[in-house]
This record gives sequence, C-alpha cells and structure tokens, in this order.
Amino acid sequence: MKFTDVFLQTATKIQVFIIMTFSIYILFAGHHNPGGGFIGGLITASALVLLYIAFDLQSVRDILPVNFNQLAAAGVIVAVLTGTASLLFDVHFLTQTFTYVNLPLLGKTELASAVIFDLGVYMTVVGTTMTIITSISEDEK
Amino acid sequence: MFDTIMLLAMFLLTISVVIALYRVIKGPSMHDRILALDSIGYNIIGVVALLSVMLDSHAYLETILLIGILAFLSTIALSKYMEGGVVIGRKRDD
Repeated sequence: MKFTDVFLQTATKIQVFIIMTFSIYILFAGHHNPGGGFIGGLITASALVLLYIAFDLQSVRDILPVNFNQLAAAGVIVAVLTGTASLLFDVHFLTQTFTYVNLPLLGKTELASAVIFDLGVYMTVVGTTMTIITSISEDEK
Repeated sequence: MFDTIMLLAMFLLTISVVIALYRVIKGPSMHDRILALDSIGYNIIGVVALLSVMLDSHAYLETILLIGILAFLSTIALSKYMEGGVVIGRKRDD
C-alpha cells in the first residue's frame, strides 16, 4: 500500500524543532520554575514519537543512530556519578551546591550542580520511553 | 466583576466540553470520536489559560503548550491508526 503523508511530514519537519526547543527550555527552567528532567525527557520523547509516526522506524533510525538502551544506562551512570562526586569534597552523598559565575555572553549566571543530576534523569527518561515505544512497534504480529 | 466574566467564560467552555463529550459517547463512527476528543483537548487549553489569568500566575503557561503538543500527537496517532491500521510503520516502501 503506497500512502504518502505530505502534509504530515512537512508539518512534522517544522514542529519537531519547536517541541525540542520547548523540551530543552523545560529542562533548564526546572530549577526555579515548573519543569525539570522528567517532563523535559517526556516532551523530547513525544517529539521523537512524532518523527516515528510521520516517517517510519527505518528512516528515523537512519537519521538518528542512537541506541536508546545505552542512553538510559548512561543517564543512570551520570546521576550516580553526581552523587558520588560530592563524596570527594567530604560532604554527604547527593549533596548539591550552586555558585554565581560571570559568563561572557550571559552575564551573571547561577550554575547549580543539580542540573547535571537533572540531565541524568532526562537521559534516562528519554532512553526508557523510546525503548518501550520502539520495541513495541517493531514487534512481529 | 472581572472574576464573574472569567467564571462565565469557563462555564461556557465547560458546556462546550460536555457537548463534545456527548459526541464522544454517541458518535456513530470512530472519526467523530477522534475529532471530539481533539476539540475537548483544545477546550481544556482555554480553561487552563483562563485559570492562570484568574489565579494571576505564570506557572500554568507551560501546561498550555504541553496540552497542545499532546492533543496534536494523540490525534495524529489515532488518525494514522484509522488510516492504515498501524501507528509506526516498520520500513519505507519505495
């Protein structure tokens, strides 16, 4: 069956960028505003699901060669390493800190170590969700 | 006065949701139900926007974008299923 979704594919090419930008914004706004790693990962996964729906499994795997199993594992490793890194400074496990840095383009910026933990949560959520969805969709009937 | 207008607008949106819900339950074909669920999602966006104006808060603005994304995605997925019987195709047919 030859079935071309020209409207859907053209709309997807624009919308995936908007949804990805929104998810990165949600990920980094999570320190002071609603948001964070979990919901940012879910929005990124929804952008990828939109790509998978508009195109197909083989095309998206060609343009985005990411092993989502390994992405989830790397996220857990990042989250654990930020916890153990606090032991090097002789404080308790998972102690978070923040500092103010004068960056050249952004001015006075607050850099928190909780962002790296959030990044681990983000990678884990994206990897787990996409592993579930792709393994269901490539299941033989 | 202002809160009364906001509550009236939310009441009208709720009536619209109830009418669309009638179409979801009663609708003769599956396509009617898909479109009714889509319109319920966009009415909920309006309710959340009015709620954030009433509570004078910026905290719900991300929710509005998120419901828009999810309503679009679910409608696309259901329509793709109705059209070809599969949501995510295995390989391209060229």
